[in-house]
Amino acid sequence: MSIKVEGLNYIYSQGTAYEIKALDNINLSIEDGEFIGIIGHTGSGKSTLIQHLNGLIKATSGAIYYNGKNIYDEDFKMKDLRSKVGLVFQYPEYQLFEVDVFSDVCFGPKNLGLSKEEIEARANKALQAVGLKEKYYKYSPFELSGGQKRRVAIAGVLAMQPEVLILDEPTAGLDPKGREDILNLIARLHDEKGLTVIVVSHSMDDMAQYAKRLIVMNQGSVQYDGTPKEVFLHYRELEKVGLSAPKVTYIMHELAERGLSVDVTATTIEEAKKSILEGLKK
Amino acid sequence: MSIIKAEDLIFEYKKLDDAGEVESVHRAVDNVNLEVNKGEFIAILGHNGSGKSTLAKHINAILLPSEGSMWVCGKDTKEEDDTWFIRQNAGMVFQNPDNQIIGTVVEEDVGFGPENIGVPTEDIWTRVENALKSVGMIKYRHHSPNKLSGGQKQRVAIAGVVAMKPQCIILDEPTAMLDPNGRQEVIKTVLELNKKEGVTVILITHYMEEVISADRVFVMESGQVVMTGTPREIFARVDELKSYRMDVPQVTMLAHELKEAGVPISGTILSVEELVEEICQLKSKV
Repeated sequence: MSIKVEGLNYIYSQGTAYEIKALDNINLSIEDGEFIGIIGHTGSGKSTLIQHLNGLIKATSGAIYYNGKNIYDEDFKMKDLRSKVGLVFQYPEYQLFEVDVFSDVCFGPKNLGLSKEEIEARANKALQAVGLKEKYYKYSPFELSGGQKRRVAIAGVLAMQPEVLILDEPTAGLDPKGREDILNLIARLHDEKGLTVIVVSHSMDDMAQYAKRLIVMNQGSVQYDGTPKEVFLHYRELEKVGLSAPKVTYIMHELAERGLSVDVTATTIEEAKKSILEGLKK
Repeated sequence: MSIIKAEDLIFEYKKLDDAGEVESVHRAVDNVNLEVNKGEFIAILGHNGSGKSTLAKHINAILLPSEGSMWVCGKDTKEEDDTWFIRQNAGMVFQNPDNQIIGTVVEEDVGFGPENIGVPTEDIWTRVENALKSVGMIKYRHHSPNKLSGGQKQRVAIAGVVAMKPQCIILDEPTAMLDPNGRQEVIKTVLELNKKEGVTVILITHYMEEVISADRVFVMESGQVVMTGTPREIFARVDELKSYRMDVPQVTMLAHELKEAGVPISGTILSVEELVEEICQLKSKV
């Protein structure tokens, strides 16, 4: 079970005056059960890349192998890929359209041609997984809060029983508690259901805390690919491409420069706290 | 002198049933009293649904109080005759940049407001030019807004408000949909308007880092203002903030955790420099 991306290129409006190379020779290997964060400034190719992973955009050249099969082969069933690789767009709540929450979550499985029992069982399971209380199932999506709507939208994708869950800026526009709730939900789906998770994010703090692997996109290419610790060591270079590191990284580097013996690879508050306490004792 | 003053302000949303009868009442703003002085930079925090936006919409008379009153530049917002005066003096910028731009060229969009209040053509051009300069977007004056980034669009939206020469600007989560660079651009612009041109600013935001430069912070919960103070005073109360579903900046949080672990850090830390300085001093004393 894996996704392999080989020599992927994508050019928007090829052959016109507006030609833009959005992806430039991307090579990636994504294993089962990974938790990956994709970071990059706006226009770096993040969203274009993830739309390739479930076949929404066809590459100009290159290949993507899903479990060993090239998704661009003629006999490859794209429909299967779309249910196996679930994509949650930015502001997914704008895409809720059914009369009530439950029907909305049923929409995907219904299109798979499943029995009514199976559809409802899947919807129930998905809504439970995102932690929405049963009293809301018959509510109109308009009666829910932003965070609740977003969870319903994620449930809609989960009801397709995907193996890979890709989320494009899942916390955009939410308040601090809402952000934390959604991130914890995603972490739980990863830990408990063993889903492979790919999150596109602008928040370095969140990625330092949740992702196990970070992919940094810049001008359509992969600039860095490694653990958050490895990637954030390049904080000066990240700044040059319009990104930054968590505040903690800056604190640790600054302290190290001033002669305190601390771990400069600390990226979360807990790690920093531990390292500073030790550093003060030395 | 206070430019905005809320007195026992209450606002209730009424849900009507099919027959037009009141089915339920939701009190979004509950007995708020506050005063904002001319030239202040105020930040309002609070989780979604705490009443921030409802309160903000009272400042330029989009909403009128159910009970109590709101005074803006000395006028009661309930007086219909003063509505246009109030709207001109208290401009609003909303969250989604794409919903606020109507012109096909940047300078046309910025000129829309002044044109509507009958400013002479010559003056409109001066106002547009000055407004675009003040948000750093003058070189885009002939561009189509469609091709701008989110942060640039928000700055054009702010210029549209600035061109009305308001005494205060209310920004309702202006950076929520922007990337980190766009957020920085917008906050820098707002700060400059406040410091250089003396415009009173009310900033509603979920990003704690944006609050640090404010003169005063109001925290809202269930329609009430539950905390008031300078950013330093507010962020010193970490546990209380957490109970209102709010966060503190990462640096402040780290300093707080260190303090809990027995490191004698004095005061509340708001920036990387402050924390580094504090720790280095402690180290040299050891």
